[in-house]
Amino acid sequence: MNNKLKFHISKRAALPWYKAWAIRGAAILAALVVCAVVTTLMTGENPISIYATIFYGAFGTARRSWVTVQELAVLLGISLAVTPAFKMRFWNIGAEGQVLIGGLATTACMICLADTLPNSMVIVCMVIAAILAGAVWGFLPAFFKARWNTNETLFTLMMNYIATQLAAYFIIVWEVPKGAGKIGIINQSTEIGWLPQIGNQYLLSILVVAILTGVMYVYLNNSKHGYEIAVVGESQRTASYAGIKVERVIIRTMVLSGAICGLMGLLLVGGIHHTLTTTVVDGRGFTAVMVSWLAKFNPIAMIFTSLLLVVLSRGAGEISSAFGLNHSFADILTGIILFFIIGSEFFITYQISVRKSAGKEA
Amino acid sequence: MNALEPVKTAIRMEHITKRFGSVVANHDINFVLKKGEILSLLGENGSGKTTLMNMLSGIYYADEGQIYVNDQPVAITSPKDAYDLGIGMIHQHFKLVDVFTAVENIVLGLKDEGRLDLKKARQRIVEICERYGFEIDLDRKIYEMSVSQKQTVEIVKVLYRGAEILILDEPTAVLTPQETDKLFAVMRNMKADGKSLIIITHKLHEVLEVSDRVAVLRKGEYIGDVQTKDASQQSLTDMMVGHAVALNIARPTPVNVAPRLVVEHLTVYDDLGVKRLNDVSFTANAGEILGIAGIAGSGQRELLEAISGLYPISEGSIRFHDPKASENAPPKELVGMDPMAIRKCGVSMAFVPEDRLGMGLVGSMGMTGNMMLRSWRKGKGAFLNRKAPEELANRIWKELDVVTPSTSFPVRRMSGGNVQKVLVGREIAQDPAVLMTAYAVRGLDINTSYTIYNLLTEEKMKGVAVVYVGEDLDVLLELCDRILVLCGGQVSGIVDGRTADKRQVGALMTRVEGDSRHE
Repeated sequence: MNNKLKFHISKRAALPWYKAWAIRGAAILAALVVCAVVTTLMTGENPISIYATIFYGAFGTARRSWVTVQELAVLLGISLAVTPAFKMRFWNIGAEGQVLIGGLATTACMICLADTLPNSMVIVCMVIAAILAGAVWGFLPAFFKARWNTNETLFTLMMNYIATQLAAYFIIVWEVPKGAGKIGIINQSTEIGWLPQIGNQYLLSILVVAILTGVMYVYLNNSKHGYEIAVVGESQRTASYAGIKVERVIIRTMVLSGAICGLMGLLLVGGIHHTLTTTVVDGRGFTAVMVSWLAKFNPIAMIFTSLLLVVLSRGAGEISSAFGLNHSFADILTGIILFFIIGSEFFITYQISVRKSAGKEA
Repeated sequence: MNALEPVKTAIRMEHITKRFGSVVANHDINFVLKKGEILSLLGENGSGKTTLMNMLSGIYYADEGQIYVNDQPVAITSPKDAYDLGIGMIHQHFKLVDVFTAVENIVLGLKDEGRLDLKKARQRIVEICERYGFEIDLDRKIYEMSVSQKQTVEIVKVLYRGAEILILDEPTAVLTPQETDKLFAVMRNMKADGKSLIIITHKLHEVLEVSDRVAVLRKGEYIGDVQTKDASQQSLTDMMVGHAVALNIARPTPVNVAPRLVVEHLTVYDDLGVKRLNDVSFTANAGEILGIAGIAGSGQRELLEAISGLYPISEGSIRFHDPKASENAPPKELVGMDPMAIRKCGVSMAFVPEDRLGMGLVGSMGMTGNMMLRSWRKGKGAFLNRKAPEELANRIWKELDVVTPSTSFPVRRMSGGNVQKVLVGREIAQDPAVLMTAYAVRGLDINTSYTIYNLLTEEKMKGVAVVYVGEDLDVLLELCDRILVLCGGQVSGIVDGRTADKRQVGALMTRVEGDSRHE
């Protein structure tokens, strides 16, 4: 008779937190083992020394540590920006464009106002312009979503291209020297519009993002707005039932999300690079989505998820030079680790049972 | 088990039991579908018809019992198994790809040998349509089709996949009388061709018109079956609703009855322009439980949502008589206000919606978070006040014996009864003037049901106007002071809960449009 085995996937009733963390821990361990096997098979190198090199690449010297933390701050800041939107189940994959447009607004202020206003006023204008530009980039898709239920994923994605093209256009307008195709360091001699340094050149953005993390944590967990966002994200019907004005929450949250992205654009251009390129955001608008989801929208946990991704990507450069490996090799390792971490959530939510088919004789 | 059945059976289900948590949806059911017959599966809402059929189509798997198809024991663990056995089910909600044409939808997901030959497939589809008399434009996209055309595509799809046994889950619920006639003609053609059909319905005249045999389920039990020629509307109603069962729900005599909510000429349309409520008028009195009976989808949901400001109202008025206002103060008109506005103007209305986790509660939050759904606006400034909701959550946890590890445990992961306790507990804690509940005991075990009945009666004695939308007539007749019967969006009668009998209410419920021709 046909006694074939059948797998049956069902939702778990409940899992105590320590078991959930045991599953996650096992996943990371398994990921490291698989990474080691892959490393040895593909390169012949000792996996331990690869791991050590990654760590050295990220924290090997004081300067490296500072840069790593600064990179962490930038990624974390953008992740914090997209989090309220995603918590509301609004698929904002336009952070890339929102940051870039903030950076473009900053650049415009730095270049156009340098000769007319004192430095402090230029900086005030930069802050306002960057936040406003990001907010507008967030507002547009939200408005259309709230009014006509347009697809926010496509809308925010397309807004990225508009931002990139605008930036490309203005880079040519402001290029220095003519024909160079890039802006170069803005106001290099006068340093007008450069955000003030605190301690060293890295600390300002780190502090801003640290404050932002705390504020966002409180905003999401202890404010009425945060509560509204959580309810709207869970069910719009429940939200209307509770008297929450869904349209208003969607628009307000996306304006906030865009505004924080704009602020990150300000930090990138005014505080870190002092120039604008179309690739200044470097895909972090998308990585941020992953950081946010991996941390389940908890700003504190996001510190660790963004740290993981930043360390891996910083280490990648080090591996490629130290072992003469392709730069993509670290991406492979990152991919494996993420695969296991995300995959472990499946085993936390579901259980797999095996049952025999009931093909008994009549 | 009768091994010497003279007619070969298409389906035989023996001792089938299916439980969802503590709720028994199907209990020890023995069910037979003969080859080449049309069988009606009849039962009230929640009697377990769809659950039973879903075990044939591979959506659920029976906890106990054995299914035989063509007298062979089988295990149907997935819809694919069902297809392989020649069982096809047409669900109430169609599963079609909107932007594909009829042909594309019909061939979708089939693994034929070699390349997909659309021409050959179309040839076969045309043959099927001609053989059974389907009228369908094969190249039209689904989103351009009417509901009845979509249903036709679903049926053709199932036939194309070689189904010999067809299960139609309330196929006529969405059809006009003319379309229904057409569907029945097609069903008879299929029967003539040797197919076996099961039709789930609760419209009695259709049962009498189309089927050869009727099987009746009540509260998850198989009551029996009769040949249609030996049945009448009355005999079927009696089988369906059963004899009055004494439940012994306490029903104290109302005191200080006064109008609280006066609804007049209420008419609403849904977003497709279909009239959902038609000139509904009634008064909900303080100190009374007003029951609302009716077959599912007769406008109960729309009525409660319209009163709470969640459904657009095109005509009519809803006036609230405030018990705290002075006697001569005019009642407040609620039409045109959203839930927030209603709340702000001092009308405390509690609403336990049918969709507990999709509307009444936030599944991912714990009890405390869900208590805040009613009180989140009360915190200081921009911040939430968690203390009061936490206290309320603890109180409900204790007083209603909610089984949960903590007040932060996601309510989605609680059992149905506990979810309902959280919801009802929160709504009652608002100290409402009007308390509306939709299917408050659906899916709950007996003890929890009684807890809810007692809570509602307590509220009534406190002078609250309680509106109880229910499906179990026994409960409605023992719990409610008056019962309003809805049928097709209209009020078909308001009866006294103490004197009305089950047959009377049952008759009012099934007085469907188009039914008159059979009476």
